[in-house]
Amino acid sequence: MASLRLEAIGHLFMKPVDLEIDAGELVFLSGPSGSGKSLLLRAVADLDPHQGEAWLGSESRSGLSPPVWRRRVGLLPAESFWWAERVGEHLPGGDAETAKSKERLSDWLAQLGFDLDVLDWEVARLSTGERQRLALIRLLTQNPEALLLDEATANLDPANRDQVERLIHDYRRSATAAVLWVSHDPAQRQRLATRAYVIQDGALVSEP
Amino acid sequence: MIHLSPWDLGVASILIFLLAGMSWRLKLGVERRVLVAAARSAVQLTLVGMVLKLLFAQTNLALIGLMALVMLSVAGFEVMQRQKRRYRGGWGYGIGAFSMFLSSFSVTLMALTVVIGVEPWYQPQYLIPLLGMMLGNTMNGVAIALDNLTRHAWESRGKIEARLLSGQGWETAIQDIRRDALRSGLIPIVNAMGTAGLVSLPGMMTGQILAGSPPMEAAKYQLLIMFLISGGTGLGSMAAVWLGSRRLFDDRQRLRLDRLMSGSRD
Repeated sequence: MASLRLEAIGHLFMKPVDLEIDAGELVFLSGPSGSGKSLLLRAVADLDPHQGEAWLGSESRSGLSPPVWRRRVGLLPAESFWWAERVGEHLPGGDAETAKSKERLSDWLAQLGFDLDVLDWEVARLSTGERQRLALIRLLTQNPEALLLDEATANLDPANRDQVERLIHDYRRSATAAVLWVSHDPAQRQRLATRAYVIQDGALVSEP
Repeated sequence: MIHLSPWDLGVASILIFLLAGMSWRLKLGVERRVLVAAARSAVQLTLVGMVLKLLFAQTNLALIGLMALVMLSVAGFEVMQRQKRRYRGGWGYGIGAFSMFLSSFSVTLMALTVVIGVEPWYQPQYLIPLLGMMLGNTMNGVAIALDNLTRHAWESRGKIEARLLSGQGWETAIQDIRRDALRSGLIPIVNAMGTAGLVSLPGMMTGQILAGSPPMEAAKYQLLIMFLISGGTGLGSMAAVWLGSRRLFDDRQRLRLDRLMSGSRD
């Protein structure tokens, strides 16, 4: 239960951004292609050199080790990448996993239309849409306290898009997670967000 | 030992002219390179022969050190040249040169003092050829391993960053690429060891036999060299891959491909 606060986060194409997203709040971010939305998310996840600081509640990013920060502030990139052969190899597993977290995983999978046997599937055989949905589940198994979503439903048909929106909504509620969602879809903004911003001329502008 | 006259070498060089002629006739486009490489090797080896003659005559540690340094600098340059994606700044040269310095010099020193037991240990007749063999072979291993590391890191950016995003540390995120790079650096020398004597007689052993050494002595020296080279190549490749992969990440564990640039190799 922590807010996500960006303090003068800026990169090559963007003026420094100050933004606070409350715990459990969803903030929508749009802007033309190439305006630097994805770069902003990458900067918050600390993937590229940039200026500024980010806070999760009272903890500063620079005070946490990068792996811990990236686990707690989870970024879902627009294109998902997989490093092992099977889906299950990408999820935390083994004896340390509690029955509760396994049950939760199976719930999430079911919510997006998968069975537990998807864990044995080969990543190479997944469709783009399947990859995108499973990448979200992979991210949620990290138990992030804040989510940075880059076009999380871009490759999905309406039915799957709705399922993903619902899952993110449920997770946001149950984990009281702050969510920063980058998307081009104005209708999605109407459905989901309470607050929205747009990037104009390299600056973050509040959208009515 | 039968001495070779310039005339003998001239006869052998007819083969090079034949090769260049064939390349020209078949439009392979490498005739110039063949001739230049042959001329370079003739000049370089003659010069080295003369320098070694001078060095052997006086056993001067400073001169020998200078020679070793020149050898290392050229090897470092060669490793850098062979990278498709090389590190920017001094790192491009430094990582290779330092790894080779670490492995070749330490293994050669160990061989001279512990195994062969030369007195004094820097006797150039032993030191220079041994170091040359070590450098030449570790150079190959280090160059292949580093090239593999940077090329695959470049191609696998998405995968590496996906691992970082899932909360893995930089060493875990690049461990597969690192392992493959190291393996590729070691395979040539391991293969060479495995087939030594079956397919061909290794170069040094051939040289010793031609120069009149008893075959068993030549075989023992060859074995020694192979063990040293394998150890040195392994050590050098490991150092290069570790340093190289560390350099690919900064202190915030971000993948920094901007620290690489395109090399001259195709």
